[in-house]
Amino acid sequence: MSLIAKEIDVVAGKKALLKAVSFKASAGKITAIVGPSGAGKSTLISALSGDVPYSGTVTLNDINIKGVTAPSLAQLRAVLAQATPLAFPFTVFEIVRLGVPADADINIVTRALHNVGLAGFEGQYYQSLSGGEQQRVQLARVLCQVWQPVKDGVPRWLFLDEPVSSLDIGQQLRVMQNARDFADRGGGVVVVMHDLNLTAMFADEVALIVGGELVIQETPAMALTSERLSAAYGCDVRVRTAPEIDFFVLPQMTRVS
Amino acid sequence: MVATTIDVVSRHDGDRTGGARKVTAALVLLLILVSITGLAIGAADTSLWSGLLAFVQGEELSVRDKIVLLHIRLPRLLTGVTVGAALATSGALLQGLFRNPLADPGIIGVSAGASFGAVCAIVLGTVLPFASALGMALLPIFAFAGAWSATLLLYGIATRQGRTSVATMLLAGIALSALTMALTGVLIYMADDAQMRDFTFWNMGSLSGANWSKLTIAAPVILVSLIVAQALASGLNSMALGEAAARHMGVSVQLVKRLTILCVAAATGVAVAISGGIGFVGIVVPHILRLLSGPDHRRLLLNSALLGACVLVLADVVARVIIAPAELPIGIITAILGGPFFLWILLRQRGVVDL
Repeated sequence: MSLIAKEIDVVAGKKALLKAVSFKASAGKITAIVGPSGAGKSTLISALSGDVPYSGTVTLNDINIKGVTAPSLAQLRAVLAQATPLAFPFTVFEIVRLGVPADADINIVTRALHNVGLAGFEGQYYQSLSGGEQQRVQLARVLCQVWQPVKDGVPRWLFLDEPVSSLDIGQQLRVMQNARDFADRGGGVVVVMHDLNLTAMFADEVALIVGGELVIQETPAMALTSERLSAAYGCDVRVRTAPEIDFFVLPQMTRVS
Repeated sequence: MVATTIDVVSRHDGDRTGGARKVTAALVLLLILVSITGLAIGAADTSLWSGLLAFVQGEELSVRDKIVLLHIRLPRLLTGVTVGAALATSGALLQGLFRNPLADPGIIGVSAGASFGAVCAIVLGTVLPFASALGMALLPIFAFAGAWSATLLLYGIATRQGRTSVATMLLAGIALSALTMALTGVLIYMADDAQMRDFTFWNMGSLSGANWSKLTIAAPVILVSLIVAQALASGLNSMALGEAAARHMGVSVQLVKRLTILCVAAATGVAVAISGGIGFVGIVVPHILRLLSGPDHRRLLLNSALLGACVLVLADVVARVIIAPAELPIGIITAILGGPFFLWILLRQRGVVDL
């Protein structure tokens, strides 16, 4: 089972945000989307979530998502947006409970909060939390929505848009570990990432997007080369390998003349 | 056994369902007390107790007492209950839809639309050929039509490609309000003295015109709206996280929005028709309840209906006794009590919890 996006075009006004992007993700794997700011990473994940009008086709587990209602789609995939605004003073428990499907056990709220490192936060007001804590509360909610990575033999999906953007390194690892665990148990994960080292550590495949076009989709070692990254990000980037870890990526200091 | 189950469910820290249930129970009690007061107190010296006593002892009530209790106070009480429930629930619904605690039928132009419809009925009612056939239903139908068209027009302006922009809707609501109020002004300018007095008194809000025939038009409409509203509660909860997040969680966002607007137009239109412009109930009541037991719409909508009913019946009692045997328009009472109370809440909350 997989997620297949074919020839996706997204246009805003006269500007083409995505140009014929074809993208594939498999259940049981973490597929990362990387690229410079404004390249179209979030636009791609929005198109996959059915949030922006696009031309082309997106099939999730062999189903074209254009013909699927919101309630059925919600049983297949959960989406974590970059920022989630909140209108009223809900508690953390009440927010995470929103993600729990009607037929699920309410106790997964506590377990999901524990998994994202927020055990005991249930009674706090969401609006009193820091940005990083709020982001993890939303992740807990999203995890509850697809608590079992495989249900009735069908894999489910997590779409995460920069889930670690305002977290410290320990929390980054914890969040990515949740994604890893979800994929290891048979679910599919599509994640937009900025941190290339974290991407190299956790992703099974990387899609590099530059200027609305897919440059390459490959394993991290194949996709993230010094030349390709230097060209994509417009700065000198060196990729180094070390025996005990796969490799790491370093931007090279250059003097601005 | 039932009690144990509820305890287990609400044991989670941060789950305020148990508290909200207690609020519901307290409000039901309060509504019963307030209703008894509403029946017992009034300009006439008819006592509810003597009436009840007579009923229990199998005696005939005097004709006068019977009229006061059954044909004046009881329909007035029930009108207060239904109008209060309608206004408070409409406020809670709009706040959920706009994700803004300051949204109110008065703000987005629903009430102004209803008002315009009512003025049309008052001023043009005598010249329209079918007016006499509609009789008592003329004003409610026109007010409902006004609220309905204002909401639909607003929705049409603010919706593009099936998506509603809340900002556009709020701004368009303000513009539409101004326009309808201007048109209302034109009609009032054209009106004769009697019509102008009719309108002015109606516009200040009053339950004094309550009777069974109006109630039988209004109550079913409002009841159906409240029941549909309850079914929208979960969807509105998810929409607190934004329309996109709600859609991701499986909410049919467009359907929820359309039904919410429908409920608000129906409930507000009819409520405004039978009682005029009664302000602040739609803003203050849901706000108090959010402070008491949280913003979960599954309880908020029900509790708003109950508290709205209590507030309006109580305000009507005050309106009737404060300068008895004359009476104040109830809209003045709700504004005098609601305005400062609302400001006090805003000041107290400033900087503690975001609205």
